[in-house]
Amino acid sequence: MFALWSLLLPPQVLAEHSRSPITSIFAPESTPAKSIVNLSVFVLIITGIIFAVVCTLLVYSISKFRANSANADREPAQVYGSNQIEMAWTIIPVLIVVVLFLATARVIHAIQDALEPAGAIEVTAIGHQYWWEFRYPKLGIVTANELHIPVTDRSHPTPTFLQLLSADTDHSFWVPELAGKTDLIPNHLNRMWMDPHRTGIFLGQCAQYCGTQHAKMLLRISVDTPQDFEAWVRGQQQPAVQDPSVTTGRRVFEHTACINCHTVSGTPADGRFGPDLTHLMSRTTIAAGAAENTPENLRLWIQAPGKIKPGSLMPAMKLSDADLDTVVHYMRTLR
Amino acid sequence: MSSDAITIPALQVQEKPWVDTLHEWVTTVDHKRLGILYISYALVFLVFGGVEALIIRIQLMHSHNDFVSPQVFNRMFTMHGTTMIFFVAMPILFGFANYLVPLMIGARDMAFPRLNAFSFWLSAFSGFLLYFSFLGGSGLYGAGNAPDVGWWSYAPLTARAFSPGHSSDYWTLALLASGFGSIGTAINILATILCLRCPGMKLNRMPLLAWLNLVMAGMVLIAITPLSAAQIMLLIDRYLGGHFFDAQAGGSAVLWMHFFWIFGHPEVYILIIPCFAFMSEVVPVFSRKPIFGYPVMVAATVSLGFVSLSVWAHHMFTVGMNSYANSFFAITSMVVGIPTGIKIFNWIGTMWGGRIQLKTPMLFSIGFLFQFLIAGLTGIMLAAAPFDWQLSLSYFVVAHFHYVIVGGILFALFAAFYYWYPKMTGRMLSERLGKWHFWLFLIGFHMTFDVMHIPGLLGMPRRIYTYEPDRGWDTLNLIVSIGAFIQGVAILVFVWNLISSYFNGANAGNDPWDAWTLEWSTSSPPPPYNFATIPVVASRRPLWDLKHPEDPDSLYE
Amino acid sequence: MSAAATVVEIPKAWTLPYRGKVAMASLIIAESAIFTIFVVAYLFYLGKSLTGPTPREVLETPIFFTICLLSSSITIHFAGKSLARNNRPAFLALWSLTIILGGLFLFGTGREWHRLIYEHGLTISTNLFGTTYYSLVGLHAFHVSAGLIMLTVVLIFGLAGQVHEDQFRRVDVLALYWHFVDAVWVVVFTVVYIVGR
Repeated sequence: MFALWSLLLPPQVLAEHSRSPITSIFAPESTPAKSIVNLSVFVLIITGIIFAVVCTLLVYSISKFRANSANADREPAQVYGSNQIEMAWTIIPVLIVVVLFLATARVIHAIQDALEPAGAIEVTAIGHQYWWEFRYPKLGIVTANELHIPVTDRSHPTPTFLQLLSADTDHSFWVPELAGKTDLIPNHLNRMWMDPHRTGIFLGQCAQYCGTQHAKMLLRISVDTPQDFEAWVRGQQQPAVQDPSVTTGRRVFEHTACINCHTVSGTPADGRFGPDLTHLMSRTTIAAGAAENTPENLRLWIQAPGKIKPGSLMPAMKLSDADLDTVVHYMRTLR
Repeated sequence: MSSDAITIPALQVQEKPWVDTLHEWVTTVDHKRLGILYISYALVFLVFGGVEALIIRIQLMHSHNDFVSPQVFNRMFTMHGTTMIFFVAMPILFGFANYLVPLMIGARDMAFPRLNAFSFWLSAFSGFLLYFSFLGGSGLYGAGNAPDVGWWSYAPLTARAFSPGHSSDYWTLALLASGFGSIGTAINILATILCLRCPGMKLNRMPLLAWLNLVMAGMVLIAITPLSAAQIMLLIDRYLGGHFFDAQAGGSAVLWMHFFWIFGHPEVYILIIPCFAFMSEVVPVFSRKPIFGYPVMVAATVSLGFVSLSVWAHHMFTVGMNSYANSFFAITSMVVGIPTGIKIFNWIGTMWGGRIQLKTPMLFSIGFLFQFLIAGLTGIMLAAAPFDWQLSLSYFVVAHFHYVIVGGILFALFAAFYYWYPKMTGRMLSERLGKWHFWLFLIGFHMTFDVMHIPGLLGMPRRIYTYEPDRGWDTLNLIVSIGAFIQGVAILVFVWNLISSYFNGANAGNDPWDAWTLEWSTSSPPPPYNFATIPVVASRRPLWDLKHPEDPDSLYE
Repeated sequence: MSAAATVVEIPKAWTLPYRGKVAMASLIIAESAIFTIFVVAYLFYLGKSLTGPTPREVLETPIFFTICLLSSSITIHFAGKSLARNNRPAFLALWSLTIILGGLFLFGTGREWHRLIYEHGLTISTNLFGTTYYSLVGLHAFHVSAGLIMLTVVLIFGLAGQVHEDQFRRVDVLALYWHFVDAVWVVVFTVVYIVGR
């Protein structure tokens, strides 16, 4: 029952909550999410009315026709049915279904068959066990787990259109405030879009069970002003920072198995099994949101990832303490 | 009453050695005993599934909990779902069907008693096979143990690459075996109802329980088999190098989803339709009126059976089907609500103008009506595909289907227990304990499953072993978990009632509820041959005709 | 219910269907669903193999063996008729002929598979075509084998003089299964050798 009354709260109240990371589907900040809320309010009103009517009839019949001492020894009139009543309560539901379906079909088409405008940002999202790969093909950017997209405005719309694929099992991309979820399935290209109406951080996570660490495949979308987005793009397009003070760490990195899985652009490291680390320090979290991006967590992640995310496919690198320190220092320069 | 058994003076009866009794039960082909075996088996697995649920709920009580590891948690939700559907719900409903159908149609047994026994033992074996995986799942890669791929076993998670060891194989083989057992029982039910009805019992005079089990059996034939086919394909992929679901060879993960849900959706109607049957027997007797609209109830169930075969991809709205396919499944999923709604209205119509007795079976039935209504309405919400794009794969869906299964199916089953336990054992269950059971369970149920909708609306996906503390899901999950424990206590009260009433319950007699169908015309429990002479009937309520010879149903039908 | 007997008229003719027929029909419905799923997979994956031999390149239409199998439906039909008229020698002859024709069909399938595996390198793990072809045709061949075993059991009982005209109904139930197996072959044949090429 609580579910139903909480839904009567106006979206603005819930939107207040979404200043903090409360990811309510009723606090939409993007066109597809808003159309879904509008449809859902309509559906809720209709189902609410049906509930009220049928419940009233049920409660009334229990109270009015209850056995008591007065009528205890007589059987009531044995009524077998009524064709008129049956017709009435068949035809009315049919009409309700027709109305609901028309409203639903309209929103399905509006969201799924939306055309991509000229100014759209294109992102390819590839799901992995247990992290997100994001590629911006037209901008030449590869990053992981944290997405940056520009806020849109009515005069010059810049929605983001995503193509969704998977490198292994099924995943699902769900950021409730921005759009309904769409699955990432191997060998099956999917498409979704969103056009955030305000800047801010929007959280979500994988919604399709993909293995042991499905729970820690978090999403973090930073909706930026156009200027901030441009700045971010420029930064991501640079090759990796070559800081001479961390050559030792870089050498350890390039002579260990790290380069088989990870890419650092402009260096021999070009593995694609794990996230691209070129601009690792531009991200606020590591391990797909499982830990804050701090030196301590970075160190722990490299040495014993099972302590942060047991079952993740990052192997424990078993470096000596000295090597580990230098590698972490190297990582910290990859802004 | 010619169904009285011959009594033997106590002096002449010797105590039978317990081994003989055990042997009788193990080799029985009597539908009544097999029914009780099915039901008892299901109750044991209900405890296993319930423990798994409690482990899940303890782990999710607050964010970043570490009561169990992610690996254990993933096994728990997989085993909980698989156990409850295949080793609790299916067997218990087959058990009631086995017990009641021959009695209600005036037959001496099912059409194929030995097939009946074989189906039971095959299903029973498969349950133990699945649970053996906890011990024996370790395969070549040492990664074994119980299956952890979810009860849907989506490809490609179940491919050898992502599920090494044999845990997935235990799932596959156990369900293949239990599926064949189910098909055997379905064939038996069909043949029994079509071929063994007593004289005068035309199809339109059968009790609704027989009709609904007939529809259920028909659906089992065409819904379970797609899962069996898909499981054979999975085994071919895993062991013969096949590529049915192998993306790297051009195979399709979505194909598994289609095959699974072509089974999976009709399966839930297979589970609910026998529960509609219980309601259609209990509500009239405790309202003291015949079921309102018998022909419409039959028609609604048959059409429900057919329409439910066309809705399966509403479990796949997020998979990326095109807008036309999504629209098709949206409308069929809404249409399927119409015959279901009609049945709810007819039950209320039965109560209307009646003389309602609020004994325990009726309390559970009223709970069913209220909760099934809500579950149906959240189902309509999920049928609106765009709404489902937000709600799917979240705790809203988990809340919805538990509302159907626990609030609907389990409540109907409790009603059936309290109603037919006297017939099966000759003793009445305690009304006092029954009311405790009802109210405790009702409170726990609503505490858990009403609140559970909210985290879904707030973005909590399903099948996660833990969650972040900053999402506002903590308190809600705590309340959900407390409710689960309250339900556990209620189940203990129920089990205590079952056991203590067997020894101390009041004598039931043939017909404690003053009911109208044939099973109440014979002793409690019935003799092995059910009826001394096969009855002849002239209406839908043969016992009403007997009790009211001045005003029999046969004049009006 | 003796009181009921005086009130209620026993219906004059109360005959319900034979339970063996109903059970076999139900089994056939269930099996049809299994075959449908394999046919759907076959059709869905047509043309989608990434590598390896295609149907057009390697399949040869098994006309002779198909005729064998479909004729066995005719022979089993007349075998049943003979038994109903208590013509046991005719029953045994036609029943044996059915088994031989079924066995020939299986032999033909085996020969085709041998050719596909050793001459064309097509196995169940080669590509999508291989997987779906061997699964579908194999599932059918499995059902033929099971049928042949049951037919042989009846033949043994028949040769021992144990099969009488009163058991016609039971034999008929088995014949129904055999007709189903043939009908499935018509579908599989059409899908694999006609539509699929």
